[in-house]
Amino acid sequence: MKIDIILAGVGGQGIISIAAAIGYAAVESNLYLKQSEVHGMSQRGGEIQSHLRVSDKEVHSDLTPQGSADMIISVEPMESLRYLPWLSPDGWLITNTKPFINVPNYPDINLVLKEIESFPNHITLDADDIARKLGSARSANIVMLGAASPFIEIPYEKLENGIRGIFSRKGDKIIKQNLDSMMAGKEFTKNYLSETSKV
Amino acid sequence: MEKLLLLGDEAIAQGAIDAGLSGIYAYPGTPSTEITEYVQRSKLAKERGIHSDWSANEKTAMETALGMSYTGKRAMVCMKHVGLNVASDPFINSAITGANGGLIVVAADDPSMHSSQNEQDSRFYGKFALIPIFEPSNQQEAYDMTYEGFEFSEKYEIPIMIRLTTRLAHSRAGVKQSALKDQNKISLPKDMRQFVLLPSIARERYKILLDNQANFEKESEQSVYNKYVKGKDKSMGIIACGIAYNYLMENYTDDECPFPILKISQYPLPINLIKKISSECKKILVLEDGYPLVEDMINGILDKDLIVLGRTNGTIPRDGELDPNIVAEAIGKPIKKGKDVPGLVVGRPPSLCTGCPHIDSFDALNEALKEYSKGRVFSDIGCYTLSALPPYESINSCVDMGASVTMAKGAADAGLKPSVAVVGDSTFTHSGMTGLLDAVNENSPITVFILDNSITAMTGGQKSHATGRLENICLGIGVKPEHLKILNPLKKHHEENVKIIKDELAYNGLSVIIPTRDCIEIIKKTKKTTKEIEK
Ligand SMILES: Cc1ncc(C[n+]2csc(CCOP(=O)(O)OP(=O)(O)O)c2C)c(N)n1
Ligand code: SF4
Repeated sequence: MKIDIILAGVGGQGIISIAAAIGYAAVESNLYLKQSEVHGMSQRGGEIQSHLRVSDKEVHSDLTPQGSADMIISVEPMESLRYLPWLSPDGWLITNTKPFINVPNYPDINLVLKEIESFPNHITLDADDIARKLGSARSANIVMLGAASPFIEIPYEKLENGIRGIFSRKGDKIIKQNLDSMMAGKEFTKNYLSETSKV
Repeated sequence: MEKLLLLGDEAIAQGAIDAGLSGIYAYPGTPSTEITEYVQRSKLAKERGIHSDWSANEKTAMETALGMSYTGKRAMVCMKHVGLNVASDPFINSAITGANGGLIVVAADDPSMHSSQNEQDSRFYGKFALIPIFEPSNQQEAYDMTYEGFEFSEKYEIPIMIRLTTRLAHSRAGVKQSALKDQNKISLPKDMRQFVLLPSIARERYKILLDNQANFEKESEQSVYNKYVKGKDKSMGIIACGIAYNYLMENYTDDECPFPILKISQYPLPINLIKKISSECKKILVLEDGYPLVEDMINGILDKDLIVLGRTNGTIPRDGELDPNIVAEAIGKPIKKGKDVPGLVVGRPPSLCTGCPHIDSFDALNEALKEYSKGRVFSDIGCYTLSALPPYESINSCVDMGASVTMAKGAADAGLKPSVAVVGDSTFTHSGMTGLLDAVNENSPITVFILDNSITAMTGGQKSHATGRLENICLGIGVKPEHLKILNPLKKHHEENVKIIKDELAYNGLSVIIPTRDCIEIIKKTKKTTKEIEK
């Protein structure tokens, strides 16, 4: 078993929390893991990504080779496209549709979404909206983790433990909000897949 | 024992704590910052009384660590690659004095310049100082090398260097811990003259360092971190240094590498192992993240007919970070690639936060400078460097920490009047104060802005060294009180701020203006902590 994930977003959108939750779950499942993060300058509203590699065998490189990632999980639609060179031809493009516009030349969002939908294996959802409806506007990132969870070969309960682990200091309410957010993302993908009878 | 999930940086920190560290010294700098921050957060480090406060700059950090080593305790000093330029005087000389308690210098390099002005390779400094260098290929080695490194340092009474690059510094993996050791007790050097580098003593000490080179080489030859892996296909041999070894192995996940491999993670180079692989193979491919250090060395010392492939002959790009694909191409493996990035995707450069105090400072400065020709603002390194980008386009230089004040003075000396310097509060105490003294002594016609946001923001919000005392420091250095102005950079004060700046620009002498308002990131942080305290 081997999963290579590219996490994408903009500095401050919480992709390191997604990585940490999966990392926690992987370690609890006795899997090997390498997870490279971007710290430093780009965290000031720049583009950021994280390579997350999980396997039952030793993982060598901290970086995923191009053309071989099983999925891109993105908290921002344009950012999901930036890492296409890393995605394997049968990989999944899983992205939030809510744009984060902090540059004057941000492209027409409809064209961005069209580009994403032209990709055969894609999951698109408005994670910000789902999170807000759950009363937890800040957990769009965790909604995205939930949306990707059916493709991640780690038992869902382990991912839930991951959420409990990384938010343990924030109290029960925050933990519950994030567990609900992850579940809402998961349900979205399940429904989408059964409607389109993809899997 | 359960594995800890640690960044390469954190593995170094944990390895040091477990090895009986007594003090870590550092000035923040990506990608090294997380080493010290990990020790600062560690409960165990607190219980053991391990010193972990930030230093004013890398030179003071290096010297303080050397002072702790003098007492016989174990010390570590951490910095980003360019920090070693600042610390290079004590660093090079510490190889001559030698260490007493174990002393580790960690230099974190940034190939591809993810967050830096250059991609210099710290191994050159280690080689220059004639000290052993350890270059971990993964997080476990980062832990082990640090854990064992103090003993190595004490065995030869020599500081050692650990060199890593951004990718390892900022990547997490499972790490096995070793048993916790006691800290050393104070035990001063046996030879009380060891650290007195008078020429007559320095000559003796230098001989000891030179004599030790053979020992260091023998250690490298026998090191578990350097290994020779047999291969049947002798048409090429591969030397892979540090993290480059992983990129190589990534290409052989499903099959075995046919070529002989020499993995190098400890220097000086193990000459016998190098001779072995180069005598067996016609060609040698050198994979190293950073400058072509090993490549240049073996190009000169081995058989003239040996073909050396690497960064200098174009097999590997001359600049930038390595990755699995670059290595695949160099060893002739088919390269996979996904779809190209669609043309509509635009760059998203980092930018100043909405509400950042620097924005109002630059708005006021830009307006005040309208009546002068462009190109007179010398700046420095920090969040405020982002003002080089639109819509501000306010600054004309960013070279090294502290260079704003001194470059502005040089330009003013040449006749560019007024010249303006813009420096952050943390950068000012790092190395702007000495330059200001030069300007005070000559009453140079420059206007120095010290942007005081009460924090070292760019690197993630570390404590700034002189918050609340900048005004007194400037007065103490000799800035005239009537030309020392404190501003509140807010939109509602824009007009009065522009007026004050204009007056100081027109003054034919030294002025210091200190716009003072907290970084909004700290405001968020303190709000969070008060909330947590309330809970
Ligand atoms: C010699 C050296 N050490 C460290 C760094 C890393 N570094 C870049 S900016 C910065 C902090 C600047 O803080 P400050 O001057 O207060 O500006 P702010 O980011 O708060 O606006 C640091 C530590 C560097 N580039 N060079
Ligand atoms: S982190 Fe602070 S200093 Fe840096 S851009 Fe944001 S508000 Fe400004």
